[in-house]
This record gives sequence, C-alpha cells and structure tokens, in this order.
Amino acid sequence: MDEITEVVRNYIVREYLEKDDERTITETTPLISGGIVDSFSMVSLLRFLEKKYSIDIPDQCATPEAFDTVERIAGLVRRFQKAEVTKG
Amino acid sequence: MRAPPSYEELTRNFDWKVAERELGYQPGGPINIGWMCSDRLCHRGLGGKLALVWEDYQGNEKQFTYDDVRVLSNTIARFLSGLGIAPGQRICLFMDRVPELFIGFLGILKMGAVAQPLFSAFGEESLRVRLADAGTSAIITQKKHLYKVRKIREQLPDLQHIILVDAEPASLQEREIAFAMEKNPRIEHFSCYPTTAESPSVLHYTSGTTGQPKGAQHVHYSIISQYLTSKWVLDLRPEDIYWCNADPGWVTGTSYGIIGPWANGVTQVVLDCGFNATRWYEFMEKRRVTVWYSAPTAIRLLMKEGAEIVRQHDLSSLRYLASVGEPLNAAAVLWSQEVFGKPFHDTFWQTETGCIVITNFPGMPVKPGSMGKPFPGITAAALDPKTFEPVDRPGVAGLIALRPGWPSQLRGYWNNQIGFNAKFKNGWYLCGDRASIDPDGYFWFMGRDDDVINTGGHLVGPFEIESALLGCPGVAESAAVAKPDPVNMEVVKAYVTLKRGFQPSDDLELEIMNNIRKRLSPLAMPQEIEFVDSLPKTRSGKIVRRVLRCKEFNEPVGDLSTIMED
Repeated sequence: MDEITEVVRNYIVREYLEKDDERTITETTPLISGGIVDSFSMVSLLRFLEKKYSIDIPDQCATPEAFDTVERIAGLVRRFQKAEVTKG
Repeated sequence: MRAPPSYEELTRNFDWKVAERELGYQPGGPINIGWMCSDRLCHRGLGGKLALVWEDYQGNEKQFTYDDVRVLSNTIARFLSGLGIAPGQRICLFMDRVPELFIGFLGILKMGAVAQPLFSAFGEESLRVRLADAGTSAIITQKKHLYKVRKIREQLPDLQHIILVDAEPASLQEREIAFAMEKNPRIEHFSCYPTTAESPSVLHYTSGTTGQPKGAQHVHYSIISQYLTSKWVLDLRPEDIYWCNADPGWVTGTSYGIIGPWANGVTQVVLDCGFNATRWYEFMEKRRVTVWYSAPTAIRLLMKEGAEIVRQHDLSSLRYLASVGEPLNAAAVLWSQEVFGKPFHDTFWQTETGCIVITNFPGMPVKPGSMGKPFPGITAAALDPKTFEPVDRPGVAGLIALRPGWPSQLRGYWNNQIGFNAKFKNGWYLCGDRASIDPDGYFWFMGRDDDVINTGGHLVGPFEIESALLGCPGVAESAAVAKPDPVNMEVVKAYVTLKRGFQPSDDLELEIMNNIRKRLSPLAMPQEIEFVDSLPKTRSGKIVRRVLRCKEFNEPVGDLSTIMED
C-alpha cells in the first residue's frame, strides 16, 4: 500500500468508523455502495484530500463512482497531483 | 394493455370510498395497516406471491412471499407484546434497509404500537432528540448502530428495550435483547390489536424553521390514500415489479416503500446499497423492474454518470417512472425521456400530507418542470401570503395550501399543539412552499416559504444545526441557511463567528463539518462554512437568516425594516 492509499484508508477508518466497528476497510471495500460513506459525506472527504495534497478536484470528477473505494480515491489524488505539477 | 383512466375521469365524482371498498374497509370498523398489508392479501389468495425481494450491495439475496410477511410480522408482533410493550407506545425502527425494517414495521402496527422510523445515518444527537421527544419505549436496531444508542441511553428514561436483530445475546448489556426474526419460532396466528381509523400508526419526524424536529402523527386510516395514490399515481398493477429508492426512515419509504405497494399486492424489490449508478442499473435489469419511484437528487447523480452506462443495460422492462423529494427540474425530465424513452413524473407531497397531493398523472401530458395537478379529492391552491385567500391570477406565486380532510393528513405534531395550529390559516393547511398555477391548472414550484433547507429531498431544520454548531470547538454564533446546489437542489451552508482565541482555518472548517456529520447526520453537515465577524441581527438580537439566504441565492433582500425592529 503506497503512502496516499494508506493516508486515505486511515482517514476513512478514523472519521467514518466507530472504535468498536467490526468492519475492515481495504483498498477495494465499497465505501459508498457499502454504506460507509454517503454522497453528502463525500464533501468533507474531498476537502480533506484537497487540503492534504494541495490539489483541486473539480465537482464533475468527484462522483460517487470515483469515491467508491480507497483505491479509486487514491488514483484520483494521483491524477490531480500530476495535473498540479504540469500546471506548475 | 389497458389505458389508465384520464385525470378528468378520475376527478369526476371522486370519493375516497372507492379505496375503502377496494380494501374491504367498513366505516366504523377495525382497520390495521399491518393486517391490510399482509393477512388481507393472503385471504385474497396472494399468500404465495412474492412481496419482497431484497438484495444488499454484496449481492446477498432474500425473498419473502406475502405469507412470509404475514407470519414474520406476527412473529415480531408477538415478541414485542411479550416484552410488555402496550398499544400506543412508540417503537423506533433504526435500521438500514434490511427485511426486518419492512416486516417489523407491520409487526409494530399489528400489536397496536406506533412505529417511529428513523434514518439509520442519524448521529446520536439527532437520534436522542427524536427519541426523547416521543418518549419512545423500544428501539429495534442493528449491531452496527448500537454504539449510537449506547451513547445516549442513559438520557432516555423511557427507553426500556433495545432490540438487536443481528446480535449474539452474549455480547449484550442491560436492557438489550437479541431477536433474530427468521430464527424465532414462526407465529402462524396473531390477533391484531383492534385499531380503528383514528388509531395512531406512524410517527415521522420532520424539520421546521424554529425549534427541534416535530413528530407528525398519522393514523391507520392513512392507508386509504396511500393505497389509492399508489394505484393511480404510481400506476401500480398486480404484475408490476416495483422499486422505491427511498429509505423507510423517511415518509416516502413508509408510505410508498411499504404501505402503498403492499396494500396493492405488488412485488417490491429493495436494494440495500448506497448510490452507485452501475449497481442500480444492474439491479433494475436483473430484477426486471417495471415501476421506479426515485428522487431528483438520484436522477441528477445518474445524469452525471452519463447516458452510455444506461445503454449498457437492458432496461426495457421499465414502464413507469416517478419522482419525489424536491422539484424535478425540466432538464431531468427531458434526460429521462431521452435515455429511458419515458419521462419521470414529478409528485409533490410531504411528511405531513402522508400521501401524494399534487402530481403528474399517468396519461396526463407532462409539462417538464411542473409539479402537475392536485390528486382527485385534494383541493389545492396558491394563497396570497397576506390575506390567505387563493390567488386568482395564473402565474402569480402564492403559498401552497390544501383543504384539510384527506385520509392521510397528519392528525397533530407530537406534544406540539401550537406548532400544529400554526400550520392552518383561514381553513387551509399550509405546506410551507410557494408555487404558481398556470392557466391549465398545473402547479409550478417556486421555493420554500421559510428557512427550512431542502437538501436531496430531505428537510433539514436550521435550528437543529445551529444548536449542534454551538457544541463545536471555537463556535460563538452561527446561522445555517440553504445554498443552491446543482445536484441536491440545496445544501447546508453555515455562517460562523468564532470565540476569542480561535482563528478561521481549513482544519477548523473540516473539524466542524465532521463534528456535525457524526452528531446529527451527513445531510445536516454544512457543505461550506463561512467564517464571519458578525451575523445580521434584529435589534433584539435575533439572527436574520433571510439576509444570508438571499445572499446565497443572489436574490434581493427586500424591506427589512419590520424584521430588524423585531
């Protein structure tokens, strides 16, 4: 698991699961379709990612499908990190 | 295939007795929604028909016939009675969309108690407020939500029983009890409590501008209008496979996710899964859904995913589409016509009305963006906000109002007679929304008439959010208002002033957002927080949300002199 994936996973475990929650989050656990994160809560997750990685993820890319697993979220972050580098 | 009767035909000489006759209700006699939606259908020979096909996000599946629903709701009713819960007491259903939620709802009603469904994404504070207000005796929940109940149980002296549908007895604490619906001995015969038309049935909490959420009380007679609107508006027919996206924690999920379809003897399918376009289309294709009742927010999310994904699925079974929650914009109607070959029919109603009251009827020309016309038997008008008389000119905005008296109208707010009385003016029930009426009699939604925020089809009260914000680190004062949003119509925005020693920052904003999400719900979480030095107030110090709301909607504030005088 790379650093971004680890950070995203840890954040979701910390913010979206209770201490005694028995569910485990892996890179491919369905987050939105699995009812762990919902489309409203995505906004705070998005804010966290944008701040942590100094990126801007446009609304049209922040879809429930794109946020459905840790793997996909990490991929989205990497994509926009590259975009920031290119812009810079 | 028969053509549905026209709106004009249905309106002519309308009488709610048509539903009474079809349901076999004798005025003055017993009527029980739990029995009507299970035993009655078995008596009519539908015991072997599928009532519920349930699937979760992992693809696990369960099927229940009407006879299963009858017996299992008996089983739950007997269990609850055995705990000593008396008719009239409130029993909260706090679960994801699992079969126990749907069947448990009927079980509660069969033993004469009042069902109080609550959205399982509510945080502990939202839950506490609603359970405390209702004096709830028991809660039926799942292991995954137990931590919220445990956090607040000591503050709820009336809460005697915490019932877990999926827990091992060994893991439970005092007042907690395990009940596995399908493993319990099946109860073939249960004598329903002899509820009558005005016996309380369901208590649904809804938000207003002032104060904490209010419990809208409904009665068993509500089934009359829920049955008929399901049949006439959703066009439910015996052979249909029906899918309602709504969660039974909200009124749509009970009126049209339990009572309406089962009163009509229809097979309904349930997907216990968060939003996922691919999964939804796969589900509709696999289950051969014919009637789909969805919501504008879901439709707009599907629009974002595009038309190509629709073409990858065989959705030819779809016959009729309807929508509820907030106004369905014209673009969504046109999109559905393009990709599904049929329009979504917008329906308007609310927790207090209990059933659809203004709607686009099957067979009626759909004017994209319009709410449609009043259901037969419902007298609706747009009222002048000063005189409370109907506006007599087409196209002029007024307050949406209904003449009281339809079967599923709320009978009161729990412990809140003043709030209930305030909903009526000049012999009309005020919905709290504004609309205009065109020359053809179609209603056109204009907006809310108060500070309540309609986000994703759910009403969120500013007072509840502001109260919770005061419990967040650094917050001195706050105002929660609606902000326009392309997907959810509106989202919550909070204006916040900070206590001395705190500075605005991204970290603080995120901390506040997450705090509200966990304590109240994701719906109530501000999607944006603006830190300000001060908030607009009246001379007596009351915060004037209207100024902030107008700023968000880029609307003129108008004359504030009287408001500022307070």
